[in-house]
Amino acid sequence: MRRGRSGVPVPLLIPASLGVAFLVLPLVGLLVRTPWSELGPQLAAPGVGEALRLSLICATSATLISLVLGVPLAWVLARSAGRGRSVLRALVTVPLVLPPVVGGVALFLVLGRRGLIGHWLFETTGITIPFTTAAVVLAETFVAMPFLVISVEGALRAADARFEDVAATLGADRWTTFRRVTLPLVSPGVAAGAVLCWARALGEFGATITFAGNFPGTTQTMPLAVYLALQRDPEAAIVLSLVLLVVSLATLLLLRDRWLGRAAA
Amino acid sequence: MSALLELQGVWAGYGGSDVLRDLTFSVPAGSVTCVVGPNGAGKSTILRVVSGQVTPRKGTVTFEGKRISGLNPRQILGLGIVQVAQSHSLFPDMTVRENVEMGGFLLRDRAEVARRLRQIEDLFPIVVDRAEDKAGALSGGQQRLVEFARCLMLDPKLVVLDEPSMGLDPKTLKNVLQQVRTMWEDGRTILLVEQNVRAGLSLATRAVVVESGQVRLEGTGSEVNSNPEIAHLYLGGGTASAAVPASD
Ligand SMILES: Nc1ncnc2c1ncn2[C@@H]1O[C@H](COP(=O)(O)OP(=O)(O)O)[C@@H](O)[C@H]1O
Ligand SMILES: [Mg+2]
Repeated sequence: MRRGRSGVPVPLLIPASLGVAFLVLPLVGLLVRTPWSELGPQLAAPGVGEALRLSLICATSATLISLVLGVPLAWVLARSAGRGRSVLRALVTVPLVLPPVVGGVALFLVLGRRGLIGHWLFETTGITIPFTTAAVVLAETFVAMPFLVISVEGALRAADARFEDVAATLGADRWTTFRRVTLPLVSPGVAAGAVLCWARALGEFGATITFAGNFPGTTQTMPLAVYLALQRDPEAAIVLSLVLLVVSLATLLLLRDRWLGRAAA
Repeated sequence: MSALLELQGVWAGYGGSDVLRDLTFSVPAGSVTCVVGPNGAGKSTILRVVSGQVTPRKGTVTFEGKRISGLNPRQILGLGIVQVAQSHSLFPDMTVRENVEMGGFLLRDRAEVARRLRQIEDLFPIVVDRAEDKAGALSGGQQRLVEFARCLMLDPKLVVLDEPSMGLDPKTLKNVLQQVRTMWEDGRTILLVEQNVRAGLSLATRAVVVESGQVRLEGTGSEVNSNPEIAHLYLGGGTASAAVPASD
């Protein structure tokens, strides 16, 4: 049963409108308050380009790591059954509900110089991870990978298992089947998951500042720069926010036409 | 005629419940053996047992006198048994040629794949004409032909077909049945399953009627065709093709 626009009951219409307003108004506020005349100089300010570049590199690296680890994990989740799966699923979902700051602390306890793995890493190789660009990438991966896993798992579950059966009757081993048959079948879902993951990584703040700190040039990504600027120079914060908004939207639009349109179809 | 394939007292099913119950029949070498029976009788399950996708709980399957029950699909394929699954088994986003090449997984040698592909292109012009088209863009009948082409990549001894007539209009059906006949005339043994009893029996040298996972009747194609009970059950009123509704 489909109804026209006029058919939406008032008790639903009012909260729905308020919901839209609530989501859109802050963005409008951002645009209204943007000091458009100073946009050029603000963007050229030292550190802005650096923070943006660092953000893009780290978010992209985190997405790549998430793809390499997350797609196989999603496969295992989608194809396993029973209690093992529930447990695995819960473990994967934890970072989704965990406050990112707590994630940062947890990463520190494991990978810090005195951490479970970190002290061993330091003693054998002299490498320390916290407060480096690598720490930014790890923090972002920790927070963002579940988005990819959940999205790819959904795609795998929805994909027609018949084609995997056919590949088996043709003599393909499971790895070849995965590569040649399953992966192409779920590629729209993988792409959608990667975009979600990338967007989440780009906006990561809590785990990053806890585990990687806030050092310009090595760990200060855009969200950190925004937060810092807000204390000193609100106008700069607005400009940086705008940049982040534009980058996110542009990526979404660009990829939507290429990939997500197909996933939704 | 000696038996190429034999099923002896086979019990098999899914997740603990048996679909096939003490099923016994054989496929003579050089025959077209057609299994007919109502929807849900277990016909597809028989074929999955033969191809190794379902392992029998009891009983044995032998091929050329050697036991094959318990082997995996790859091993069974390697012995020369290929299966064309029930409907839509082409990979829709791959091209026709890629699909046919997928039939050659077990040929380790690229040159061998190319050689087989050339032979198959002679038999199936569609593999050349539509080589670069996506398989999903072909009509139902064309897809069937490409499926046949793909299953011949390994030059099998026994071709197992699950309802090749399904979803085809009468003219396409005739063409597809002719291709089955050609495969047989080229010296291959054919085991096929049909709900379209008339189409199935028109080709069969041997027919097996299966009901509820058991053999109800077995004989030459014409014996089964002229059996009054079968005629009543499946061929009544000249609507054989519609007598049993297809659902899966
Ligand atoms: N993958 C499966 N899992 C569980 N039950 C199945 C599966 N495939 C078929 N069955 C069941 O087995 C019975 C026989 O199915 P099938 O062999 O496909 O019959 P037919 O091909 O004669 O129509 C049906 O009751 C069907 O529901
Ligand atoms: Mg069937």
